[in-house]
Amino acid sequence: MAQAFFGGVHPHDMKAATNAKAIEQLAPPAEVVIPMSMHFGAPCTPLVKVGDEVKVGQKIGEFRGLGAPIHASVSGTVTAVEPRPYSMGGNMMSVVIKNDFQDTISEEVKAPADPDALSVEEMIEMVKQAGIVGMGGATFPTHVKISGGIGPVTDVLINGAECEPYITGDHRTMLERPEEIIGGCKFLAKMFGVDKVVIGVEDNKKDGIEAMNKVIAEQKAPVVVEPLHCRYPQGGEKQLCQAITGRQVPPGGLPSNIGCAVFNINTTCAIYRAITTGMPVVRKIVTVSGSGVVEPKNLECPIGTPVSLLFDACGGLKENTYKIIAGGPMMGMAQYTTEVPVGKGTGAMLAFCENEEQTVENPQCIRCGKCVEACPVHLEPLMMYQYAAKGMVDELNEAHIMDCMECGACAFACPARMHLTHMFKTAKQLVKDKAAADKAAAEAAKKAEEEKKEAAKV
Amino acid sequence: MTDYKNLKLIATSNPHIRNNETTRSIMLDVIIAMIPALVWAIICFGVEALILTAVSVIGCVVFEALYRILMKKPQSVDDLSAVVTGMLLAFVCPPTTQLWMVLIGDFFAIIVVKQLFGGIGKNFINPALAGRAFLLGSYAGAMTSWVDPAVNKAPIFGGTVDVVTAATPLAYLKTGNMDGLKEIYSVGDMFLGKSGGSLGEVSALMLLIGGVYLLWRKVISWHTPVAYIATVAVLTLLFPKAGSGVDFMLYSIFGGGLFLGAFFMATDYASSPITKKGQLIYGIGCGLFTVFIRYFGSYNEGVCYSIMVMNCCTALIDKYVKPTRFGVVKSDKKGAAK
Ligand code: SF4
Ligand code: SF4
Repeated sequence: MAQAFFGGVHPHDMKAATNAKAIEQLAPPAEVVIPMSMHFGAPCTPLVKVGDEVKVGQKIGEFRGLGAPIHASVSGTVTAVEPRPYSMGGNMMSVVIKNDFQDTISEEVKAPADPDALSVEEMIEMVKQAGIVGMGGATFPTHVKISGGIGPVTDVLINGAECEPYITGDHRTMLERPEEIIGGCKFLAKMFGVDKVVIGVEDNKKDGIEAMNKVIAEQKAPVVVEPLHCRYPQGGEKQLCQAITGRQVPPGGLPSNIGCAVFNINTTCAIYRAITTGMPVVRKIVTVSGSGVVEPKNLECPIGTPVSLLFDACGGLKENTYKIIAGGPMMGMAQYTTEVPVGKGTGAMLAFCENEEQTVENPQCIRCGKCVEACPVHLEPLMMYQYAAKGMVDELNEAHIMDCMECGACAFACPARMHLTHMFKTAKQLVKDKAAADKAAAEAAKKAEEEKKEAAKV
Repeated sequence: MTDYKNLKLIATSNPHIRNNETTRSIMLDVIIAMIPALVWAIICFGVEALILTAVSVIGCVVFEALYRILMKKPQSVDDLSAVVTGMLLAFVCPPTTQLWMVLIGDFFAIIVVKQLFGGIGKNFINPALAGRAFLLGSYAGAMTSWVDPAVNKAPIFGGTVDVVTAATPLAYLKTGNMDGLKEIYSVGDMFLGKSGGSLGEVSALMLLIGGVYLLWRKVISWHTPVAYIATVAVLTLLFPKAGSGVDFMLYSIFGGGLFLGAFFMATDYASSPITKKGQLIYGIGCGLFTVFIRYFGSYNEGVCYSIMVMNCCTALIDKYVKPTRFGVVKSDKKGAAK
């Protein structure tokens, strides 16, 4: 059994609501709203204007610097290019397309004659043009991860932990599309020049492991499935690296620092599809679940589908729903509105109507130390909370608050219901602002000094 | 279909789910864990033991409630921590303690030690122990007169004053009179709790049952109690005052308040270290001081004071004992500490 990491929590996995339900195709939406930022990095520039006809897979947003292009997910007419609410909070420039329900595929989508004959550069280019990003929610551009990792990376890991409660999209993919996963793994092995790819899966998905092992055996693929302990956040990149390789990513570092590259299950499928068919990322599997959803389901829909349509397809929401979350319950982001569209990183839409939150008035830390035990980064959340409450920036730095990955484990475990993670998000901003202010002040001082010198010279 | 516009959505930070454990559920577990020892106390010392405990609990709850009302602070008695303090304070008093006396202890514990420092989680010393120490300082005589449960049941209402004051096993251990001790109590008696002592401390077995319950419920971790008891065991085994090391060790760990202290007092969240490593150091420290006081101090019992001393070291331990940050490998700890 793979090595477990210290820290972490065991939330009830709540996956039974959807893990036996096959992925359903959502009825085509009449309109999609495609935000120009669905990746880590600067937003894309829209390439289309109102009135343009677009086809499925046509590039409609180009990236600059770090990023990935964005494509039309339905065919039809562009009806607006304007800021709209999106799931990362606030508004984002979006391309609104009226669906003509023809699903005409763009000429830009070209399958290579022989995918196995492609060179590494060609494969990376296809991944880049397909707009693939980390589909688990981190949305880091995949082509950057691959091209940057070739060389130092010796271990290519596929993240099938799916440790967030409720979410079962990856699990269903393992059961229903194992060939795509294994196919993607083979391309990754080739790109990185490694002789084996390891898929880490939490051992609550035994049938998923079996399904993949079957394909591996049939294809004699250079892939190994490694069962992992169920524990949140097993699917955190750094935790996964440690569980599988025993190596720890240094603070502030990336998996590539220890020779690892981690890809999500659905990212791997997207790589497979891009290289074999040339089809970019235009669809997404979303787990719609939670106590507020009448009939939880796994739905596949075009990117840009308003989430209200997903809820409609699941029988609607219960009246007393008080929270809607894009992503899992541990790290997902609560939404103000159901108008937000599905993005590349939206693996789940949850609605809660019961007492999941369990907040109390006047939370008082009882110093039980359970947050310390829970923190997968091995920080001391209760101390950080005290410093943050008093705005003590130096102490926060000393307590390594910038290492906090906002995983929510500490707040989950806290019997006093302290708002730990929330406080750390604010505090990290405070620390960043302070650092920026210090830097600006230092520069200003330096400049003043130089000016003084100049003046003295003259 | 649902009209999503009518939903009243809140958008608070992640995580959006919480563990079921609460402060109240933890305190309730501690109360449950103390029940075996309480039942044993009633068997040994009569219904008066129950009355003393009940009065102490009521005292603590009332003092806390009044304080919160007078200071216009949000009410906190429903977290049950005052109940725990009340029970613990009764447990460390002799069964013959006067009711008014235990109320004074309650007042000191709840008002002075707990509330004046800011309430739950802020007290740097265990309130029940501080309450007992206060009573011991003020009424040394009453706080050290023990009844022998085997001889009679204590009339704590002060009516018939036929309390047979008995020497506790600790007194024998102090003077090294092992033969005298063995004559009155066997090791089994000590373990079961047939000897004299404070209300809730006499039965190591009952406390062990409660302790195991707390461990199983993950309310406490093994580090503090095991380090504490093991330290006392090793020291008394290696340096017995009299008789064979094994005998002396067994009488030492089953006698006095060691089990009560190790499982219920030293594990108090607010006054013990937050890291596991820190808890080991703290437990060992408690053990060292306990043996030291029992061997060389002027009191027979060292549990109460040694825990209080270590309570005062907790801030220091927490300052220096930090968990190793993820990704910092031991060998390059220094380099990455920056
Ligand atoms: S888990 Fe909550 S109550 Fe316990 S020490 Fe941490 S912040 Fe305090
Ligand atoms: S949110 Fe931050 S402090 Fe809390 S457990 Fe996660 S990494 Fe640790």
